[in-house]
Amino acid sequence: MNLYMRRRIVNYASIGLSVLAMAFGVIWLLWLLYTLFLKGFGGLSISLFTQTTPAPGSNGGLSNAIFGSIQMAAIGTAIGTPIGILAGTYLAEFGQRGWLAPATRFINDILLAAPSIVAGLFIYEIYVSKVQHYSGWAGALALAILVIPVVVRTTENMLRLVPNTMREAAYALGAPQWKMTYYVTLRAAKAGVVTGILLAVARIVGETAPLLFTALGNQFYSSLNQPMASLPKVIYDFSMTPYDDLHALAWAGSLLIGLFVLGLNIVARILVRPANQH
Amino acid sequence: MTTQAARLKQQQLQDVVFRGATRFFAFLVLAILAGIIISLCIGAWPSIKQFGLGFLVSDQWNPVTHVFGGRNSIIGTLLSSLIALLIAVPVSFGIAIFLTELAPVWLRRPFGIAIELLAGVPSIIYGIWGLFIFAPWFGDNVQPWLQRTTHDIPLLGTLFDGPPMGIGMLTSGLILSIMIIPYISSVMRDVFEVVPAMLKESAYGLGCTTWEVMWNVVLPFTRSGVIGGVMLGLGRALGETMAITFVIGNSHSSIHSLFDPGTSIAATLANEFTEASDDLHVASLIYLGLLLFVITFVVLVLSKILLLRLQKGDGAHS
Repeated sequence: MNLYMRRRIVNYASIGLSVLAMAFGVIWLLWLLYTLFLKGFGGLSISLFTQTTPAPGSNGGLSNAIFGSIQMAAIGTAIGTPIGILAGTYLAEFGQRGWLAPATRFINDILLAAPSIVAGLFIYEIYVSKVQHYSGWAGALALAILVIPVVVRTTENMLRLVPNTMREAAYALGAPQWKMTYYVTLRAAKAGVVTGILLAVARIVGETAPLLFTALGNQFYSSLNQPMASLPKVIYDFSMTPYDDLHALAWAGSLLIGLFVLGLNIVARILVRPANQH
Repeated sequence: MTTQAARLKQQQLQDVVFRGATRFFAFLVLAILAGIIISLCIGAWPSIKQFGLGFLVSDQWNPVTHVFGGRNSIIGTLLSSLIALLIAVPVSFGIAIFLTELAPVWLRRPFGIAIELLAGVPSIIYGIWGLFIFAPWFGDNVQPWLQRTTHDIPLLGTLFDGPPMGIGMLTSGLILSIMIIPYISSVMRDVFEVVPAMLKESAYGLGCTTWEVMWNVVLPFTRSGVIGGVMLGLGRALGETMAITFVIGNSHSSIHSLFDPGTSIAATLANEFTEASDDLHVASLIYLGLLLFVITFVVLVLSKILLLRLQKGDGAHS
């Protein structure tokens, strides 16, 4: 009897703790979202999108930072995506033999979780320190390094879900490999691959660390060959100042990024759901 | 006939080019890793030459006298990640149990997504939230309470010594733990789901409670996968930059209690890199970056090997 009681108590205690752990996780998310809306909503206005970042005490918005973020994220994605898709295609379609595919898969998973600040250091070493100035291009390159592993991983996984019979059918019609991949397997895996790209965009839009020593930041609009402002970097800089109006702008910027990134995450989930339930 | 042969030839050529291109870009992924290591070594060389391995144990960090040592940054990185693991591992285990065994099926998806969204929140938002919202609340409410309850206990008392400022090592560890919970719990959840239902049902059939099934059947079966997930979380925590930079306090002095402000490798880099004027300072910062990369690399490789081992075992079972 005693033993049964003890086992039952241990069981209830552990179930209770497990529910508590779940609540612990959800509470942080709710608290984060709550303050994000509370603090960020007040700062939302038209001038946020039309005026450049201000000096303390004057009015301004975040337009140059938003523009810079979009530009660098777009270029980073445009560079990283084709590389990622082709490498992922190799892993899924041609990598059955040899050492290259397993090695790439292994290293890719490590790059996926490697510290993003190191990507910034790498681009600083090979590009910024050679040309002697910070630039939007360098920022975009650092972001591209973060895009590649995400796209490689999802492309490979999604191509593997395509049934082999489709490949065989394409071969039987005499299609060459590139046609088979481009018109059949990649097309079948399209939703999944797009999801991977969206997740990669969601990841780099919020990244600050790789931009610190590549794009640096800028108070005004700039060309890609100059230091370039970005939303996360502006949030960081403004938070570190003692001025309330800049803090309000930082919160508004955080809300923008937060909504965008979480929105992308949710869209990506909706897209990938049919593939999961096949 | 000849046009057909020509077309065949053309297609074969296209295929060779296509295969070559995919292989080239797969190789490029490896080249990026090699490039990172080599370029960081070259960038750090002046500092490596100057300070050697003594860099690891020296706690001097003085840009004015050109003496640099990474001990405090390294300790900060390891300590904040350790705190994060101590909190995140049990919580993630609880969440994984909840999501795989306890929750009704219709609740699993929304709760699972909520936890995954924690991983989607950009670290800059954790940072600004940590600095303006969490740290003041933590310093006003939790830290004084921790001090009151522990100050008579010999060892714990010194751990929670010092002024409750909100920012510092403990706060960083806590915020890190929130950031890595989704990674660890999602791996745990995945590996728990590969446990054959028959194994669990046999244990339930013998009269085991839910807890006994989890602790004595599921956990031993998935041990290497669980450890792999924990290592993955550790790798994430070690390299996290922005959230930490906001709340760790950015002080190069060595820390004596968990409330002290400190610094981590990533935070030091974020703070000082663009302001470093002389070459030795830059090289020392890159040296730190190299160390960070090596540490996370080793942790992630271990994690990957453990997870692969589970996958192989799983293949043999099913």
